[in-house]
Amino acid sequence: MKRSLRILLTLGLLVCVAGLGLYVSHDARTPPSPAQRDADAAALHDPARIARGQYLATLGDCAACHTAQGGVRYAGGRSLGTPFGDVPAPNLTPDSDTGLGRWTFEDFWQALHNGRGRQGQLLYPVFSYTSFTKVTRADALAIFAYLKSLPPTKREPSPLGLKFPYNVRSSLLAWRTLYFKPGVFERDTNQSAAWNRGAYLVQGLGHCNECHAPRNALGAMDKHGQLTGGQIPQMHWYAPDLSTRAGGGLEGWNTQDIVDLLKRGQSAKGAAFGPMAEVVHNSTQYMNDADLSAVATYLQALPPRNAHGSPAAHVVASNHASGESIYARQCTQCHGSDGEGVADIYPPLNGNTSVNEPTGINAIRSVLLGGFPPVTTGNPQPYSMPPFARQLTDDEIAAVVSYTRQSWSNRAAAVNPDQVSNLRHAPTD
Amino acid sequence: MNPSFVLRACPRRAAHTLGVILALTLAFVACAPLARAAKVAASSSHPEIPDTLQQRAKACTSCHGEHGEGELDSRDGPRLAGKPAGYLLLQMRYFQSGQRKNVAMEYVLRQLDLDYMSRLADYFANQQVAYRQPSPAKRPAALLARGERLALRGDTTIGVPACNSCHGSKLTGVEPLIPGLIGLSSSYLESELNAWRNQKRAAKEPFCMGVVANRMRSEDVMAVSAWLSSQAAAADMRPESAREQTIPLPGWCVMSGVGGKP
Repeated sequence: MKRSLRILLTLGLLVCVAGLGLYVSHDARTPPSPAQRDADAAALHDPARIARGQYLATLGDCAACHTAQGGVRYAGGRSLGTPFGDVPAPNLTPDSDTGLGRWTFEDFWQALHNGRGRQGQLLYPVFSYTSFTKVTRADALAIFAYLKSLPPTKREPSPLGLKFPYNVRSSLLAWRTLYFKPGVFERDTNQSAAWNRGAYLVQGLGHCNECHAPRNALGAMDKHGQLTGGQIPQMHWYAPDLSTRAGGGLEGWNTQDIVDLLKRGQSAKGAAFGPMAEVVHNSTQYMNDADLSAVATYLQALPPRNAHGSPAAHVVASNHASGESIYARQCTQCHGSDGEGVADIYPPLNGNTSVNEPTGINAIRSVLLGGFPPVTTGNPQPYSMPPFARQLTDDEIAAVVSYTRQSWSNRAAAVNPDQVSNLRHAPTD
Repeated sequence: MNPSFVLRACPRRAAHTLGVILALTLAFVACAPLARAAKVAASSSHPEIPDTLQQRAKACTSCHGEHGEGELDSRDGPRLAGKPAGYLLLQMRYFQSGQRKNVAMEYVLRQLDLDYMSRLADYFANQQVAYRQPSPAKRPAALLARGERLALRGDTTIGVPACNSCHGSKLTGVEPLIPGLIGLSSSYLESELNAWRNQKRAAKEPFCMGVVANRMRSEDVMAVSAWLSSQAAAADMRPESAREQTIPLPGWCVMSGVGGKP
């Protein structure tokens, strides 16, 4: 107890000192030369750049956070839940009072690249500058040009929902010292152009790690856990590991599977649902073929993973038989008695990453909520799954989910009725 | 290779009959492996999945019924069949925008586009399926009488117009946007009227139902819901055709004159 207190105090002191150091060294920013500023301003009106910026803003899925439910696209207002409180996403339209109207490109660059606001204030990392810092200046300029070309929408910012001490912005100094380093994307010359493009999109603009990497108690991404999967904070969904090699969450996915999921919302290996359905619907379905294939190239080069838990630890749930009979009654018709699914219509459950992910959250919620995969140009009228929240009890859902997680080639841990009960009323937004 | 294509492609002259037979034989041989593959697929554990909206809409029909007939006496699976398509589509859009609140509906509809939602709305609007009588809500006769009065005559003392002044003379709805009120459970009607009162349901303009619901008292909500759910279906349950709504609005309209805004 005493020892841990001492460690904590020492750590706190260290963090303060480091934070102060950073404050002194990083607060002053060098303004761009007048010539550079004029060049940036002129560049904003180039139609080709604006069009490019629209594509890039779509890939970055800026609208997902910066649009309220039913609100004007990019006008902000969506409340982003974090374990530390809610942060409203600001207005990105060029309204001069409530949006980016008075922002210069340099202001925008400081936000995207350095996580600093227009007055130099530190921005909360719910804005994914931890990833966007890798976006190139040219791409940032194009995105800014596009945002500046939008019709201005007035929308007063909602109040910050953070609690003490998180509402004190300077508390971010310590956090940034530990977890954020402004950087640029560095090409790996040993890898192909496609791999590099994929890495840039996945690590930078696409900010995939913001969901697909584990986070620590302070909400920071684990540097060594890139794309290894993690529970999405406050969202009650699990973003799976993205390695396609042995032990990976997407083990066995080929290029076509990855491209299909991102472009059509559904592949031979699974369908997008929950937050990923939104990502496909708003963003990845519009990716061009070269970028899709670059992302696939990069993901397929991720290293193999150590499988979660040893096979010996795998214990078949005692309610396996009752799960089997529920499965036969409710699931076989679409997913098949061997969990094989129906090509292009219903996803297979055998070997499905969302069935097998470590927590069981995704399978439980899919059974509770059902729903449609995203509507995309490639899949304009998708088939759907019934929500079973009203038809099945917690015990029944736990049994059938455990059955699917432990049948055919699936070897995941069973889930229990308490988990189902907890997820029944979890928010869907 | 398609045998009928081969037949069409061949000249009709008798001299070529042999050629046709030969081609057919070749086509049959060429197709044999395909036929075998189809057999394997058919013998797998599930029957062929129909390429229909009914099959696609399982996320809807598990609560609202295969043909949108609704779940009798349920609060959460109201009848969709025969409601105006415009009304159904508008409600889907309201669930998407959050103007109408329901966690399950908001989630299910989130990733659909206007085109697919229109098709689903048309599908359910066009279903012709018999009405079933909801179980009567056990309410005292005086309350039911109050409900009947509100539904058919309204109550001018509290500024509540009769239901049938907007929802059709037989309460079967009016094209394109006003829903019928018959064949719905008392619990659904009550919960929706309360949703209007609690801003869980909203319309852009006009907000008339919000105004009306907020002028009703709790027992009025109970009364009118109980009476409506006890009404037998008419022979013709189709929504009335669109009316010519002209300005100035009729006297009973809560949107005209005083108190037009919520």
